[in-house]
Amino acid sequence: MKINKAQLIQLAISTAVLGLSLITALLLGSVILIIAGVNPLIAYKALVIDPVSSLFGISEAVVRAVPLMLVGTGISIAFRSQMINIGAEGQIQLGAIAGGAAAIYFSGLPKIFLIPAVILIGFTAGGIWGGIAGWMKAKLSVNEVLSTVMLNYIAFQLYLYLIRGPLIDPAELAWGTGVPQTARIAGAAEISRIFLGYRVHYGIFFAIVMAFFIYFLLWKTTFGFRLRAVGEEKNAAAYAGVKVDKYLVMAMILSGGLAGIAGTVEVLGVHRRVLEGLSANYGFSGIVVALFGRLHPIGVIPASFLFGLLLIGAEKMQRAVDIPSALVISLQGLIILSVVSSSLLLEKKKYRDKIYNIFS
Amino acid sequence: MWGIDMQKIKSMEMKGITKRFPGVIANKDIDLKVNSGEVFALLGENGAGKTTLMNILYGLYSPDEGNIYINDKKVIIDSPKKALELGIGMVHQHFMLVPSLTVSENIALGSDFESKFRLDLKKISKNIKKLSKDYSLEVEPEKKISELSVGEQQKVEIVKALYHGANFLVLDEPTAALTPQESSQLISWLRTVIKEDMGVIFISHKLNEVMSVSDRVQVLRNGKTYFSAKTKNTNIDELAKNMAGREIKLPKLEAEKTHGDILMELKHIWVKDRRGIDVLKDINLKLREGEILGIAGVSGNGQKDLAEVITGLKKAYKGEIIFGDQNIEKKSVQEIIDLGVGFIPEDRLHMGTIPRFTVKENLILKDYLKNPFSNNYILDQNYIKNYCKTTVEEYDVRCPNINTPTHALSGGNIQKIILSRELKREPDVLVAAYPIRGVDIAAVEYIHSKLLEARENGMAILLITEELEEIMNLSDRIAVIYEGEILRILDNTAASKSKLGTLMAGVVDENK
Amino acid sequence: MDIINLFELISRILIISISVSAPYIFAGIGEMFSQKSGVLNLGVEGIMMVGAFSAFYFTWAYNNVLLGIAVSLIVGAVMGLLMGFVSITLKAKQGISGIGIYMLGWGTAGTLFRLFIGGVESIDKGVENIDLPVLGRIPYLGRIFFSHNILVYAAFLLVPLSWYLLYKTPWGLKVRAVGSTPRAADTMGISVNKIRYQCVIIGSTLAGLAGAYLSIAQANMFTSDLIAGRGFIAVALVYFGRWKPFGVLKGALLFSTANAFQRWFQISGINFPYEVTVILPYLLIIVVLAFSHKGFAEPTALTVPYDREFKG
Repeated sequence: MKINKAQLIQLAISTAVLGLSLITALLLGSVILIIAGVNPLIAYKALVIDPVSSLFGISEAVVRAVPLMLVGTGISIAFRSQMINIGAEGQIQLGAIAGGAAAIYFSGLPKIFLIPAVILIGFTAGGIWGGIAGWMKAKLSVNEVLSTVMLNYIAFQLYLYLIRGPLIDPAELAWGTGVPQTARIAGAAEISRIFLGYRVHYGIFFAIVMAFFIYFLLWKTTFGFRLRAVGEEKNAAAYAGVKVDKYLVMAMILSGGLAGIAGTVEVLGVHRRVLEGLSANYGFSGIVVALFGRLHPIGVIPASFLFGLLLIGAEKMQRAVDIPSALVISLQGLIILSVVSSSLLLEKKKYRDKIYNIFS
Repeated sequence: MWGIDMQKIKSMEMKGITKRFPGVIANKDIDLKVNSGEVFALLGENGAGKTTLMNILYGLYSPDEGNIYINDKKVIIDSPKKALELGIGMVHQHFMLVPSLTVSENIALGSDFESKFRLDLKKISKNIKKLSKDYSLEVEPEKKISELSVGEQQKVEIVKALYHGANFLVLDEPTAALTPQESSQLISWLRTVIKEDMGVIFISHKLNEVMSVSDRVQVLRNGKTYFSAKTKNTNIDELAKNMAGREIKLPKLEAEKTHGDILMELKHIWVKDRRGIDVLKDINLKLREGEILGIAGVSGNGQKDLAEVITGLKKAYKGEIIFGDQNIEKKSVQEIIDLGVGFIPEDRLHMGTIPRFTVKENLILKDYLKNPFSNNYILDQNYIKNYCKTTVEEYDVRCPNINTPTHALSGGNIQKIILSRELKREPDVLVAAYPIRGVDIAAVEYIHSKLLEARENGMAILLITEELEEIMNLSDRIAVIYEGEILRILDNTAASKSKLGTLMAGVVDENK
Repeated sequence: MDIINLFELISRILIISISVSAPYIFAGIGEMFSQKSGVLNLGVEGIMMVGAFSAFYFTWAYNNVLLGIAVSLIVGAVMGLLMGFVSITLKAKQGISGIGIYMLGWGTAGTLFRLFIGGVESIDKGVENIDLPVLGRIPYLGRIFFSHNILVYAAFLLVPLSWYLLYKTPWGLKVRAVGSTPRAADTMGISVNKIRYQCVIIGSTLAGLAGAYLSIAQANMFTSDLIAGRGFIAVALVYFGRWKPFGVLKGALLFSTANAFQRWFQISGINFPYEVTVILPYLLIIVVLAFSHKGFAEPTALTVPYDREFKG
């Protein structure tokens, strides 16, 4: 990748606008806090400063960055194809349960086969779930936002049913505790932790490699050329010989598949079993990450770390100063709003030229 | 509005109008004055600034400099509503009608109602009927706009303007979508009925129309006034020269050639639209090597479907298309491209190119799959870069660099990208739909010479257009399409403008 | 099962069906206005959440149902104003900004709930049922149709009212024009953005009310999963109802009946995995969306921001 001055300025503008969006969101969020009678400064200190002030915090942020990166990359693909996939939450859960079940039952395989196989199964599960919405959009013109939302609810119930019933840990039944979770996965399926005493695991490298791989796929291959063509202008893509329907479904399969992998990697690297609440709304945070990364796989990488910090900050905030971590969902909503609003600034020539002049 | 006594516009004057858009000056210091009782023609190429100027008059854009005076009094027109209140009515090139509403609902939109809680359409219908009688413009108030023909919609637009009290009319390219017959009706209507009552600005790029309709004419070029005169004191050649800035002689077909081999044949093709209505009926056409077959017709008579069925974007439910030795009707778009069919589509912005793709990406839109553009699914960036640099030079595409997004270019340059892409692939058959629509005369000259050159080299070209001049200049044979049917196929020598015009209106003289 | 019991069962299901249809009607009709004007508001779910929370909190804390309803309307309108500002004035992509509104509403309701209430609380007296005089005493029919709370009657009145507004008033004509050909409306002196703001705010105010209904008329409590996708279902009902008030009503009744059956299933003691019965409405909406007739009813300018000086 050669970068020239114009691109550098462009990057600087984008970053500045994103920074402004973030600040706007935090300011608006403080309104909610003031309504609730909380001092926003205390809340934001816990949210922003605390996580970076300990190694534990940083490790936990990276742990959260892994699913965010995978989901965010997937969502970038979907959004670029004009498919607003908000079904990542369900896709993650299905990836987790399918991958988790495989990691339990194929315990005899050696690590080098087992982990890729399990990840592939996770990809398939999430991919099917995303693909259903893609197919319904392409063939039956069903609004994908609605179908993915509904598929989320269905996946959630399916997930609960499986970990409460057929896949529940036999030990839970034996001891009569009945905690809804599966048995521990095979040791060979575990993704190792990098440092003793911290949960950060090698999945982070895998996620980064995946982001670069998707970048390569989208911009350097004929497949990516078609996928982007369909996303930008369906009529022109059809005119150029691309089977538009097929690529819409492909985009959703890839998008869902990456979310599925995120679920599987959460099981293999963090929890080592499938349990309730495994996806801490990563499906929705992934949307914010994707938008913040400007729907570019490489942009998603830093955005994932940033939002990993924000998520861990939210937990700290709840524990340290008793401000509900749900606040971070509001903040993410506000960030989405300010980021999509700022695209007016970046896309309209009139404004873009003005900003450009300031920077150059 | 209706019933309110408005001041009549005796004169309308625009002074020193300047309007800039990012990167272009659309209007530069333009003056014009129009009096009641005259038809004033505003003439210019596409992109000369006519529409921008009129949008300023109509309050859609605000001028950066300059003022507007009505009856010598300065007025500020900051919205279309204000223009209407002042008595200025405008019929836009793209009609401003809501297709899902009826005629009377459309006209009611801008009206004041006695009650906020009751929509009284009966009264409006009655008024419309009276008005349409007074001005001899037939419209049916209860019909939905989507059910009307283009000509009827135009009448609705005019009635709408008159209903809201317009006593000064601006018509932007009013004949663009009309048949020659409808056009001459409109022109005589303007000269007889409407001129009695009001001033008219007639915007056009068609010289003969301007000569027959107007009292005075003003020519714009690159946003500036280049020429103005009384129509009777000027002539077509002088106007043409001022419009283009230099003398341009559009290339014409050389002397007749012997017919080449048949490259493609459409046999009994029937196509339905998504509502199930036949849009192409029993089409039979032969495309020959080294021949341009013109399809003449008012747009919307099945031309788009014809182009799309040949290129595989639409499927016929009956009939076959023989290309080489096979029926390609059932083949995919990609297969048809690979077999050697090129296509310059009507919608160059959203079909011929992908607006946010770079010039480079749009230049390889149909070639990226082929070696050496790509190898084992991986794009060869170096080869593509060099190929595009050469192409851009070869076809004189004006762009900052090949990584510029295509939507930043002018219409003519975008068309050159499409033209170069389609011609460089050297297809056996090329479908060219409205290749010069909206481009300036220099680009027209270029595009036409390229098409003729391709013909010389043996390409079979199907040229779809609504411009009679273009079709007469380029086509070996001319087929006239009307309501999805080919009415007649004429040799160039046997065709005349009047004959084509009658056919385009659907009139077939069975005796001949 | 004898005839009387069957009658009893059907009438019970219908009673529930009619009373739980109100939030679908409010939110669905509201979203219909928004979409008719060209704005796809996908944030209904989030607006319902804050509506439900605020109605519950004010009813619970001040013991005043009317205050609860009033606040939910205001909160809905404010959310609509924000949606309007982002998607109309700033011309942001509507699909994505709706998700922003959804998350904002979801997070805010959750945060404030934990801060102000903390745990499971319920109110003894929500919106109360009113037996209509005379009509309420008709056997079976009286109980099914005329023994509901005032919001149910309001919801059913809203349907013909919105039909009248859309098709029989000058304002409705403007809404229909703005949603399909905004440029034409603009040239006739109609402010496209003003009409759109009005419609989005009407829509979100009704969404706030729909949320209030769930917390203070139906459940008499607030939990974070109270809305459970009903806001998204309401958006789907607009598609199902072909952007027509009575079409939306049909959809609302279909879903409320499905809800009523689902409840009956769960309490009837039939041995069936609980999760499966929960899934049913979501499956139903997917099926309904898949088989909804696709035609020309969709407002043509839906999701397209209007820009007067846009040179297309």
